[in-house]
Amino acid sequence: MALQVAITGLKSQSGSQLGLSMARLFASAAASPSIKVEVMPYKVHRIEAPSNVVETNVEELTNFYKLMYKMRRMEIAADMMYKAKFIRGFCHLYDGQEAVLTGIEAAITLKDSIITSYRDHCQHVSRGGSIVSLMAELMGKQEGATKGLGGSMHIYNRKNNFYGGNGIVGAQIPLGAGIALAHKYKGEPHVCITMYGDGAANQGQKYEALNMAGLWNLPAIFVCENNHYGMGTAEWRAAKSPNFYTRGDYIPGIKVDGMDVLAVKNAVAFAKAYALANGPIVMEMDTYRYHGHSMSDPGSTYRTRDEINAMRTERDPIERVKRLLLNNGVDPADLKKIDKEVKKEVDDAVEQAKQGQIPPLHWLWRNMYAEPLGAGMRGVLPAEYHVPAFDPTYKS
Amino acid sequence: MLASRNMRASGARVAAAPAQRAILAARSGRRASVAAKAQKKEIMMWEALREAIDEEMERDPTVCVMGEDVGHYGGSYKCTLGLYKKYGDMRVLDTPICENGFMGMGVGAAMTGLRPIVEGMNMGFLLLAFNQISNNCGMLHYTSGGQFKTPLVIRGPGGVGRQLGAEHSQRLESYFQSIPGVQLVACSTVRNSKALLKAAIRSDNPIIFFEHVLLYNVKGEAGDKDEVACLERAEVVREGTDVSIFTYSRMRYVVMQAVSELVKQGYNPEVVDLISLKPFDMETIAKSVKKTRKVIIVEECMKTGGIGASLSAVIHESLFNELDHEVVRLSSQDVPTAYAYELEAATIVQSSQVVDAVHKIVGATAPVRA
Repeated sequence: MALQVAITGLKSQSGSQLGLSMARLFASAAASPSIKVEVMPYKVHRIEAPSNVVETNVEELTNFYKLMYKMRRMEIAADMMYKAKFIRGFCHLYDGQEAVLTGIEAAITLKDSIITSYRDHCQHVSRGGSIVSLMAELMGKQEGATKGLGGSMHIYNRKNNFYGGNGIVGAQIPLGAGIALAHKYKGEPHVCITMYGDGAANQGQKYEALNMAGLWNLPAIFVCENNHYGMGTAEWRAAKSPNFYTRGDYIPGIKVDGMDVLAVKNAVAFAKAYALANGPIVMEMDTYRYHGHSMSDPGSTYRTRDEINAMRTERDPIERVKRLLLNNGVDPADLKKIDKEVKKEVDDAVEQAKQGQIPPLHWLWRNMYAEPLGAGMRGVLPAEYHVPAFDPTYKS
Repeated sequence: MLASRNMRASGARVAAAPAQRAILAARSGRRASVAAKAQKKEIMMWEALREAIDEEMERDPTVCVMGEDVGHYGGSYKCTLGLYKKYGDMRVLDTPICENGFMGMGVGAAMTGLRPIVEGMNMGFLLLAFNQISNNCGMLHYTSGGQFKTPLVIRGPGGVGRQLGAEHSQRLESYFQSIPGVQLVACSTVRNSKALLKAAIRSDNPIIFFEHVLLYNVKGEAGDKDEVACLERAEVVREGTDVSIFTYSRMRYVVMQAVSELVKQGYNPEVVDLISLKPFDMETIAKSVKKTRKVIIVEECMKTGGIGASLSAVIHESLFNELDHEVVRLSSQDVPTAYAYELEAATIVQSSQVVDAVHKIVGATAPVRA
């Protein structure tokens, strides 16, 4: 009964509600004339689908374009830096999936929480982190987002409720349920967006978290970024049921065209209202990654180049928004100007990051513990003791 | 060298060592009068742990408990008996049986600022949650560059019980000790269990708090609601001169049983309860080793890779010249704990073996005292 009220309530006030979340990051709806776009209809599981006609305007679309293009350039820069050996180890790139994150951020606020897997570079930036700090972290410099100690897979932004950045597949899902639990415990009207992939969707701990979230009606939105490959294994080879939006069983689900930022934004706004009123909901974002799983994977041994190129030409998220803008009277020269600015911003950030400093050796023992221990910890050599330093700027 | 910690609002910290109780008595009049008013009645360890949890939950609204059957059932060892009635289902949360899931949930909640106490019904079950404890709990403060802390207490009973079978008789401190970023604490008496649990809850570090299945009904006096112990300090149980016996948890009682026999024979062993399994209280340990120059470690961990193995290495490496004899380490055998009573007894250290070890290291007869 509460569900019915929530959904009809949402439909009647969807315009102003979306306007509220847009106002934070993007221009106000009143500024330019409204554009109505029909997106791919949503596939739903145990819930009524939201309307697939989305209202937007040129200013909002331009801001989407800017953010997505920034993410794209950042990831391409990371690719080049990796090949030039400035970045080492594991590096998982997000290009192709920009619409998912951009749409999510448009529908929520910075007070809502996001947690994701190791494909986390763009979340840092969308949550207010600087490109310089991201690049510096990837290069292992002390100016990095986590002081050069975390690396590509461990980027966090506590101030804006970005909980990382987790290396082990699926381990972030119970954490996300815990963050949602904390929101409910403290009585805060915020949701936790827990992002994971089609590979992680087969982890047992996901179902443990779904069960608990469902039992206690936690404000958790479980977002499966289905890019169809769990590293080298296609979804149909790993999952008996690749309909990930139905895998929550008793928990409602929505399948969204993840290459369309407007579809994502609309659906996430709907999901947020649902989650705050009722409890958990699963979302499946049908998306695609152009790179391989990580930089050590060429990405072409388990899929054809034709498939990748088809995605680029037919479903690229940035091209879609660009087409919309051009069809609504935006001058191509303006978009080119944005492109140039963003490229410059990213290139400058990379250069600045390259000039960064290696973390000093004594930082090895910094932040081992939040509270200082009186006891010493042993070093490599006998009779060598270190007293772990704690970060005095950490307040609470 | 040991920094004092837990300097929170409610005042004095007390170490539970007998030597230091003298200092406590000499402190301000307020403490003495509080001690006088405090109940001198004896309670069981489970009650003391329950008191600790209750007092800390009352003091700080962000403290909460989660685990299997902690709420309506009251806890399988009664450590949370009745608390759900007082604090509600959200603060005393009955979880389904999914250790990996609810440990991760506890960590996620801790990242936002809550202070969960996550109970493993038996420490052995936490093997299922090892990934969450190691990667997301222990390492998080470090890998996030100091942004997030995980002020979690992971507590539960471990150790060898009475014929509980191999899978329910595990010593998880062996496996957890290598995880960077966690602290391991083992309580042993009613008094130190309450004071240490309070300190663990107040600490911003993730603490793995080891209780023992066979110690929940041990009787003793507990401290008042302001008594908070130091998590990194070992407890000198008995001062002596002949040999230093390092032990922890239930083995403390096995050692003390051996000691009562040894004292009759004229020996004067020193007994130190490690309390802090990680990091070791090297100050207390070194002081004891320098005094007696002979060390016996009595642990319930298996011979391979246990707490005693680490301690033995530390002592040999950093106190070699203070030793007159190699460290003698008594540990459990590297076998799954058998079900049959006699075989189970043969798996773990018995007090007669401690007596024999002292005879071997100090001499067949007690040293002549001047």
